[in-house]
Amino acid sequence: MVVARPVDTAEASYDAEPMSDDVRTGLDPRRDEDTLLSGTPLAPGTPAPDFVLPSTLDGTLGPKDRRGRPLILVFYPADWSPVCTDQLALYQEVMPEFEKHDAAMFGISVDGRWSHLAFAKDRNLRFPLLADFEPKGAVARTYGVYRAEDGTSERALFVIDPGGMVSWSYVSPTEVNPGADGILRALEDLAAKGVAR
Amino acid sequence: MRATRWESTLILPVSEDRDHIQGSADAPVTLVEYGDYECPYCGEAYPIVKEIQSRMGKQLRFVFRNFPISTAHPHAEIAAEAAEAAAAQDRFWEMHDHLYENQRHLREDDLRSYARAIELDRDMFDKELAEHVHADRVHEDFMSGVRSGVNGTPTFFINGVRYDDSYESETLLMALNGAAGIDVGG
Repeated sequence: MVVARPVDTAEASYDAEPMSDDVRTGLDPRRDEDTLLSGTPLAPGTPAPDFVLPSTLDGTLGPKDRRGRPLILVFYPADWSPVCTDQLALYQEVMPEFEKHDAAMFGISVDGRWSHLAFAKDRNLRFPLLADFEPKGAVARTYGVYRAEDGTSERALFVIDPGGMVSWSYVSPTEVNPGADGILRALEDLAAKGVAR
Repeated sequence: MRATRWESTLILPVSEDRDHIQGSADAPVTLVEYGDYECPYCGEAYPIVKEIQSRMGKQLRFVFRNFPISTAHPHAEIAAEAAEAAAAQDRFWEMHDHLYENQRHLREDDLRSYARAIELDRDMFDKELAEHVHADRVHEDFMSGVRSGVNGTPTFFINGVRYDDSYESETLLMALNGAAGIDVGG
C-alpha cells in the first residue's frame, strides 16, 4: 500500500521537478540570493503596488479597498489543485484569528472569475478570490512572483501594512502548503510596531 | 523523496495532564498526530498508527490532538467535541476509534449511538455536545497546531519536530525507530 500526504499527492501530479534544482523560489531559506534568476518577490519595506482585479465578491477589488487594515495577499498557482485547496481551507478556518488583527485577505491566481466562483462555492471559501487573468499574471509579475515557465504565480504570501507597505513576504516551494503561522507572526509584528509607534 | 528541510516544532509540549495519550511517558519516542475525524487522509493513517503502536510496543507514546477543518469537513468539529466529551468520562480512545472507523457517519445521532455503544453517561454527553462545552479545548488544540506549523491533516510530530515524509507504515516506522535510537539495520 502506498499512502501519501496530500502534499505528496500534489507533488506527483502537479510539479514533478525536484525542488533542489529549482532556483525560482525566491525567499526559500535554502537558496543563495545570487542564484535567483527572475521574479524576486517584493521585500518588506517596499510600497505594495496597487491593482484592481475581478473578484468573486464585489465586482472588482484591490488593496485600496482595504486600506487602513492589514491585508494578506495569498498568491497560489491554481484553483482545484490539492495543495491550494488545503491551504485556502486552512486560511478560511483560521480567518477569525486573522480578523482579530483586523486583517483582510485576498486569494489571487491566474484562473478566471468563473473558475474562482465555482471553486469558492465548492470549498466554502468566503474571502474574495481575485482573477489575475487578463493580462495574465500581471499582478503576480508586479509582486515578483510570476512563474513564466508554468504560466502561474508562485505560492507566495504578502502581508501589507495599513499604510500600504509590504511588511512581510514569503515564497513557498510550489507543492508545499506554507500554513498560517508565518502570517500570524507577521500580523503580530505589525501590531507590536503599532504599539511602539 | 525530498523532505522539507526547515523544522517546525511543537509549541505546546505534550502534557500528561492535558493530552490524550497512549503509552508511557518513559517511551523514548513520542508521536503526536494533529487530526480531523472527517479527513480521509487521517482515516488512512488511523490503521497505520495502530499497526505501528503494536509493532513498537513500549517504545512509543502516541498523542492525538484535534485539528478539525470545518470549511472542508462539516462534521469534523462536532466529532472532535464528541471525542472530548467522551474524554471527560475517561473514554476518549474508545470514541476516537469509533469515529475513525465510521468516518462517513458523523452526524449527531451517529455520535449519540457511539456514546451508547461505549456506555457513556448519555445525558451528560448530550448536554455537553449541545452546549459545545468542549469547543474551547478543540480550538486550543487547533491553534496549537496552527502555531506549530500544521498545514493540513494528518500532521505528525516525532519528539516535537514536524515529520514531513510519508506516513506509509514502513517509512513512518523507520523514522520512529530512528528517533527511538533503535538500530533497524540497512
